[in-house]
Amino acid sequence: MKSFADLLDRLVLTPSRNAKLKLLTDYLAVTPDPDRGYAIAAITRDLDILSVKPAMIRALVSERVDEVLFGYSYDFVGDLAETVSLIWPSPEAENPEADLRLSAIVETLQAASRSDGPKLVERWLDDLDSSGRYALLKLITGGMRIGVSSRLMKQALADYGAKDVTEIEELWHGLAPPYLPLFDWLDGKAEKPENLAAAPFRPVMLANPTDLEELARYDPADYLAEWKWDGIRVQVTAEKGVCRIYSRTGDDISGAFPDLLAAMEFDGAIDGELLVGHAEDGAIRAGTFSDLQQRLNRKTVPAKLQKQYPAILRAYDLLQDSGEDLRPLPFERRRERLERFVAALPSDRFDLSPLVPFEGWAEVAEKRNAPPDPVIEGLMLKRRDSAYVPGRPKGPWFKWKRDPRLVDAVLMYAQRGHGKRSSFYSDYTFGVWTGPADDAQLVPVGKAYFGFTDEELKQIDKFVRDNTIERFGPVRSVRAEPDHGLVLEVAFEGLNRSTRHKSGVAMRFPRISRLRWDKPPHEADRLETLEAMLE
Amino acid sequence: MRFEDLLRPTPKGLYCPPGDFYIDPVRPVERALVTHGHADHARPGHAHVMATRETLDIMGIRYGEGFAGATQEAGYGEVIDINGVTVSWHPAGHVLGAAQIAVEKDGTRIVASGDYKRRRDPTCAAFEPVKCDVFITEATFGLPVFRHPDDREEIGKLLKSVAQFPASAHLVGAYALGKAQRVIALLREAGYGETIYIHGAMQKLCDYYVSRGVELGPLAPATIEKQAKDQFAGAIVIGPPSAFADRWARRFPDPISCFASGWMRVRQRTRQRGVELPLILSDHCDWDELTGTIREIGPQEVWVTHGREEALVRWCELNQIRAKPLNIVGYEDEAE
Repeated sequence: MKSFADLLDRLVLTPSRNAKLKLLTDYLAVTPDPDRGYAIAAITRDLDILSVKPAMIRALVSERVDEVLFGYSYDFVGDLAETVSLIWPSPEAENPEADLRLSAIVETLQAASRSDGPKLVERWLDDLDSSGRYALLKLITGGMRIGVSSRLMKQALADYGAKDVTEIEELWHGLAPPYLPLFDWLDGKAEKPENLAAAPFRPVMLANPTDLEELARYDPADYLAEWKWDGIRVQVTAEKGVCRIYSRTGDDISGAFPDLLAAMEFDGAIDGELLVGHAEDGAIRAGTFSDLQQRLNRKTVPAKLQKQYPAILRAYDLLQDSGEDLRPLPFERRRERLERFVAALPSDRFDLSPLVPFEGWAEVAEKRNAPPDPVIEGLMLKRRDSAYVPGRPKGPWFKWKRDPRLVDAVLMYAQRGHGKRSSFYSDYTFGVWTGPADDAQLVPVGKAYFGFTDEELKQIDKFVRDNTIERFGPVRSVRAEPDHGLVLEVAFEGLNRSTRHKSGVAMRFPRISRLRWDKPPHEADRLETLEAMLE
Repeated sequence: MRFEDLLRPTPKGLYCPPGDFYIDPVRPVERALVTHGHADHARPGHAHVMATRETLDIMGIRYGEGFAGATQEAGYGEVIDINGVTVSWHPAGHVLGAAQIAVEKDGTRIVASGDYKRRRDPTCAAFEPVKCDVFITEATFGLPVFRHPDDREEIGKLLKSVAQFPASAHLVGAYALGKAQRVIALLREAGYGETIYIHGAMQKLCDYYVSRGVELGPLAPATIEKQAKDQFAGAIVIGPPSAFADRWARRFPDPISCFASGWMRVRQRTRQRGVELPLILSDHCDWDELTGTIREIGPQEVWVTHGREEALVRWCELNQIRAKPLNIVGYEDEAE
């Protein structure tokens, strides 16, 4: 439990992705089974164990600690699990050598009944040290949020076993904690486990970004083009009555889309874009990404939302048709099969992403910037003869996004970065003008922390330090006046209405594209310019 | 004699009316007795300062030779009469030269402990409990959530990370007087023999510790040769906490920010400061040591000063010990 607790403490404070991977792989290398498997499941929150309510923990601690002293402490620390883990009085006869194993705790909790909870927890709180107690309390109250996605965990497993991450993704849904067959394979002690689960995830094929210069090296006649839709890329699979919707990294997201799941009356696996949309004159009209966001990251979906924002699938590719694996076939052949396959599906839930005819690359360049639908974010180019292979091979598939929207905004606040950037003001809040022309005010419209070079970062940092008006902890407000300030050209993918922001708009994927030292702030854009870009 | 007639809090600090002197006054006074060299306890500008040799030297290093009109050295165990009040000096275990001051008249004794800790520290003399009627204790970490772990475990975390991330420089924020030298000495005890790089602000104090017989091993200034950033890959660099948020920190490759402080016990504090590797190392008592010391000394009354007075006073009440907060202004939290 100690090494698991130490790992959590390090992970939660480590911002760098590579450093997180290093911490995880080092942990996997020295931790025995089944502890490491349970640790992974605990971090990705895939453990099904007895959970307890914070009130129960509060009751336990009140038997041991004076209420007043607990109150002072809780006020200072601010987190119940942490306060309890620190304040818990260890019994006099302490035996720090007896290291309680994570697996012992997990397996006991899996078998425990609700009424066993308090007694078990009390005993463990006595046996563990404070960081162990903290890990335990986070584990059993479901508060394990430490900035490690299941995607990152799969990467760590791949790094640990020197495998490709797509192999881990492919297996993931046939496995359960503590993943013993997986580790045997990663350690070279056994063959790769076979995924025997019905409706498994198939590793996704991804495209590389491209431009006109690169495309000139390829023959346009070898490629087909289709629109790239602004939703979430998914794989929908139905086999032997088992239906699943997977994200492109193999996470099962079926629970969030029961309406689409219910319409999956087929046997096969489709690669497509999940959107929300309504049937209109025999076709589906897709909603914007902000409509789709109403449906994302939900545990339960109210009927009203399902009706207002029905989930639909816009199909790109067919991977499996009944018992037949189509992935080795050329794209052009798969496309024909896909067209027939989708034609048999309910038209209010499934449609095809249409192919886009073109003569040469110049026409592609033009079309990607003038899409016929606002929910399109660019074009996909796929070689006619390309097999469906996992990962991001160079050559068979390209994506070419439309040019980003640009706006000139004024730097208003800067915040110190983390890790490598902790001595730099590297996170920028910027605003545009609003109100009457003779008395315009800046209103914040977004925040960006990348897009600039290291050299530009130094220049902005110097500007921030030389032009600070006020400090609030790690944040500084800087001079932003009509004739004195720094104008940032900000690029972004789209704009949504937002009630959370004072300006009423929220940018998607904003980044700094240029520093406009040449431009006086009063020439920066006005809010009206942004409002006109609303989708 | 009423206790308050021997020693009482005033806006300038703790004052002894019969002896006409102050202990750790926060404003310039005629006669000051100084417990230790931290800036909030040892201020310049007094007419006459009495302190240990080390504390006087440290004040000289920090403020220049003219920091007081006159100085008088007091050794541990020495007993000195000031206007009929008996004053004696006892190690406090806080930093090099730190002393508790016992003040006695007509059979009443009050001990002002200044700042103190109970665990072993290779850089200074260990705390000695002194029987007294009133024990004046600090309460910097006076909440039951503060229970400092074993020093060796914390130093072990640092050394493990240095081994795990050999391309990074580990920047350890540590208060320049006491904490920095203790971190270095603990690293040496753990077997770390490499050169440790130190910020310029620490040079003189580290030199002084070495001159008083504290072994610190090979140290070098954390200055950089042109284009030789890599020289700090895998290195441990120690500087004042404020320096790591500053441009100074940019000279180091892939820095991992560490902070050696008792406050690192609380995760929220750690996150707020952007610290990646907290090292829970304090020169103050933790809760168990505070309450243990009060039990051991067994005074009639406990006066609680700077820190979380209310929690420690509450503990005393629960244990039938008379206690009150002193509310002296001007002392700071540890190294924040």
